[in-house]
Amino acid sequence: MPVLEIQNLHVAYSSREGTELQALAGAGFALQQGEILGVLGESGSGKSTLAAALVKLLPPSGRITKGAVLFEGQDLLQANSEELRRVRGARIATIFQEPSLALHPTMRVGKQVHQVLAAHSAAGNGALRELTQETFSMLFSGDADRVAKSYPHQLSGGQRQRVLIAQAIVCHPSVIIADEPTASLDPTTQMEILGVFRTLQRKLALAMIFITHNPALLAGFADRVLVLYGGRVVECGPAEAVLASPQHPYTRALFKSIPANLEQGTNARKMKLPAIPGDASSLPQEGCSFEPRCTERMDTCRERRPALVNFAAAHTVSCFRCEK
Amino acid sequence: MQPLIKVENLCKRYARRSLLGAGEELLALDRVSFTILPGTTLAIVGESGSGKSTLALCLACLEHPTSGGIWFAEKEIANLSENELRKCRPQIQLIFQDPANSLNPRWNALEILLEPLAVQNKSTRAEMKHRASFLLERVGLSPEILKRSANELSGGQRQRLAIARALALEPKLLILDEALSALDCSVQAQIANLLLELQSSLGMTYLFITHDLAMAAHFADEIAVMNRGRIVEHGPAQKVLQQPGNETTRQLLAAIPRMSNATLPVPER
Repeated sequence: MPVLEIQNLHVAYSSREGTELQALAGAGFALQQGEILGVLGESGSGKSTLAAALVKLLPPSGRITKGAVLFEGQDLLQANSEELRRVRGARIATIFQEPSLALHPTMRVGKQVHQVLAAHSAAGNGALRELTQETFSMLFSGDADRVAKSYPHQLSGGQRQRVLIAQAIVCHPSVIIADEPTASLDPTTQMEILGVFRTLQRKLALAMIFITHNPALLAGFADRVLVLYGGRVVECGPAEAVLASPQHPYTRALFKSIPANLEQGTNARKMKLPAIPGDASSLPQEGCSFEPRCTERMDTCRERRPALVNFAAAHTVSCFRCEK
Repeated sequence: MQPLIKVENLCKRYARRSLLGAGEELLALDRVSFTILPGTTLAIVGESGSGKSTLALCLACLEHPTSGGIWFAEKEIANLSENELRKCRPQIQLIFQDPANSLNPRWNALEILLEPLAVQNKSTRAEMKHRASFLLERVGLSPEILKRSANELSGGQRQRLAIARALALEPKLLILDEALSALDCSVQAQIANLLLELQSSLGMTYLFITHDLAMAAHFADEIAVMNRGRIVEHGPAQKVLQQPGNETTRQLLAAIPRMSNATLPVPER
């Protein structure tokens, strides 16, 4: 049984003017134990809505209108607030983008991790302190004690992100949802943090949803990749397959628009990048959401919406061109 | 050809005082020297704390260097008075990483575009409005954006607006301080194309500051690598990338996430 299964999730936001914006329109996937699922999406794709909706942490203007989130068999969307409180942070942990915003500026970081444990565990202070120390050792090895006694501003960006990871894993959750966790980090620190996640995946058999807009981050890191566009899953499959031979026109266009001169040599330097025209700000009501920007569109794409179909083993795509 | 920008032995020291104990000094720029030929792009790459943003501020005359010189079109600009700087500033414009912080959220696009023109007292209001529409078109934005406020625009639109505002005074040098870093990948491609097109049609010179070596590889004629305030490597882009001579450069190259890594797992840490 997958550890987390999202079924047909629909989320809408209501604006001040009273209009409704559909942020997720039927997203669904399954997360297996011990796997890293990369969710690839740009602004407007619904990726951050997905992260928030999974643990029912949408802002007041957001509403889950349809669907189910099955965690270890139980639908979280039907759970009451007490059950949800026991799940959030302890069984499903979330790591957001800006470590400097997520950490209390005037509390030592050791205490901030201890707090997470204390909120979810009935054990005594002694036991909690030991668990906190263990977590810090896992993430900071020899530096663990010094870091635990520090304030956030005394730590580097990478160290602060490791503290957030500590908060996320201290209760030994089954699932971690990370929403652009490396976006504010330098490239070398970014690589380091991805390495940390892989170590945790192996040591703790963690299942992880790693949300990013940068496909290159998922290469060599994610086990499977899911591509979100306009609030829908447009492609999903083994990471190697999706990254090396993407099938959906959006996925293909996205990969082509990333500069790749480092591999190809500098023939293409200072030439126009094949950028995707337009943007995702206004999606068509009918037909395929990507159709207005698609270079491979057909007449039928404007009339009907393609379903997610099997393209190859465990590789699904929603595009009429891929239907046999 | 004379360089448009010449920087020689630029140093910038910041004094740091803690509440207790002696103050310490931070050497943000340590004898930085380089030149940029007109119509070309120099990329400055490095991690946070390398001094890249301090360099941007000094070149944009928003910070006075502690020592050293900056020449713009053969005129020394590092120690000009405010009045003299006013004449020189229109020619050097700065685009920041986060347009949400550099565009007034309460103003609409028209007001944002008019401000530099008004400050420089260049023309009548009608002329300025006409120029604003022209600038929007130049950066690929539709005229109906003029009425919208900055926080109603997407990241890509805001950055285009920031570029339009920078172009208003017909600068010769654009300093792009991580100007693409906060944008989605596909939007980065669009803005990069716009910048390349502006360079080719207007002869713009760019100082492209970034930690994204992959984009620097695409964009730059020359690359300078910074570490702790010093330039540790500088040369033609192709040479720096394919034959890096410095450990910092090698580390930056190794840290670039690449699509071709799909079959190589990220090492555990």
